Amino acid sequence: MPARTVLQHADISRALTRISHEILESNRGPDGLVVLGIPTRGVLLARRIGDLLAGISGISVPVGSLDVTLYRDDLSRNPTRSPSPTALPAGGIDEKTVVLVDDVLYSGRTIRAALDAISDLGRPSAVRLAALVDRGHRELPIRPDFVGKNLPSSQAERINVRLAETDGEDLVEIAS
Amino acid sequence: MKHLLSTRDLGRDEAVGILDVAEDMADVADREVRKLPTLRGKTVVNLFFEDSTRTRISFEAAAKRLSADVINFAAKGSSVSKGESLKDTAQTLAAMGADAVVVRHSASGAPSLLAGSGWIDAAVVNAGDGTHEHPTQALLDAFTIRRRLHGAAARGRDLDGVSVTIVGDILHSRVARSNVWLLSALGARVHLVAPATLLPIGVTEWPATSGYDLDEALAEGPDVVMMLRIQSERMTAAFFPTAHEYSRQWGFGDERLAALRPDSMVMHPGPMNRGLEISAGAADSARSTVLEQVANGVSTRMAVLYLLLSGSRTGGEGEA
Repeated sequence: MPARTVLQHADISRALTRISHEILESNRGPDGLVVLGIPTRGVLLARRIGDLLAGISGISVPVGSLDVTLYRDDLSRNPTRSPSPTALPAGGIDEKTVVLVDDVLYSGRTIRAALDAISDLGRPSAVRLAALVDRGHRELPIRPDFVGKNLPSSQAERINVRLAETDGEDLVEIAS
Repeated sequence: MKHLLSTRDLGRDEAVGILDVAEDMADVADREVRKLPTLRGKTVVNLFFEDSTRTRISFEAAAKRLSADVINFAAKGSSVSKGESLKDTAQTLAAMGADAVVVRHSASGAPSLLAGSGWIDAAVVNAGDGTHEHPTQALLDAFTIRRRLHGAAARGRDLDGVSVTIVGDILHSRVARSNVWLLSALGARVHLVAPATLLPIGVTEWPATSGYDLDEALAEGPDVVMMLRIQSERMTAAFFPTAHEYSRQWGFGDERLAALRPDSMVMHPGPMNRGLEISAGAADSARSTVLEQVANGVSTRMAVLYLLLSGSRTGGEGEA
């Protein structure tokens, strides 16, 4: 299967740094921010963004993970998925600005599930969405606030995100 | 997983997987909204041919927390012969569109008959069949042991090296059978203690050791002591002279509690006969896990229902 590399380590770092600056800009600083990653690679990206936010602003930003498996609308169409743990930061999400982080934004259904999960966990004052890659083909009226790279793709193609923490290298590739 | 009929066919990885999902389900109990939309539109039927309070309520709570619809069917007092009635009932439930049937029956093997019959396409969960098995009880016991031992770091762990002593009416106990298969699959060492009349004939074939003396077993310092209920409803013969004598020799009283290692846990599947197999002091002590077992029962059954009912039914991965 031929695969074409579209983002390398330096590109991913730059994109995440830019996203972190944009988050701070739109939030007017780090106050009230909570970064929640969607397993599995969204959690790793959320941690990196959390570190960047702390580095830029000098104030640490709470980071957590939000599992959406039990809220998916395609559970009865696919083989059984095992949920991952949800870990909210100690301060919770009530009255906070939650930044959801996912690796690839595609149909928008994962984000729909995440929004449902969030409303069962508390009531943030706002929810924003950051994605490393937006590949289009939305099936729901959902759009990202912060995007690393817009990657127009055919639905037949696969976007693979590999991150150093789990895969040994930072890479985004497109495979047909 | 298509059905849950016995813990005998659960391998270590599969069992650990179920317990891990149960951890995720337990997290839901700590939230503000204790409900998940996961099984919306699915119907779970509780088909109980035998008395039960906690198991039925536990399954009902589990199904409701996952947003499934629950129908409770108490078939007690049915005079139709068992094969007939089970078939008729199954076909009725199939016509109602049940997605899962939770069965308790006084006849060993009734759930597997239902699962293999072709009368109904639903997932079958064995909630206790005769003196055969009670798999969700064993899963919740394993979950409780794992949580007590490892706390928040329990995910992914098995029970390697944990010593469990199961005491009491092994002969009639489906809880003991399910626990022997499951706990030994998870790597625990299981020791059975009972009067000779209440040990089954084939016990030497089980993946467990057995003995008659409780004090001897407790002197070994087990991590877990699991007391079983004396099931007077299944006692068709005199298995021990008097209740008092049983209590003195095999009951878990205050002196035995005092002799137990301080970090050991005392389990009981309930309902307890206080003063017979367990004293009130032991049942209410900090080492007793009785109420944790009830709470964990809901989480474990949520995990089982989730694993059985999510996922496409056509891609069957076999029975468990």
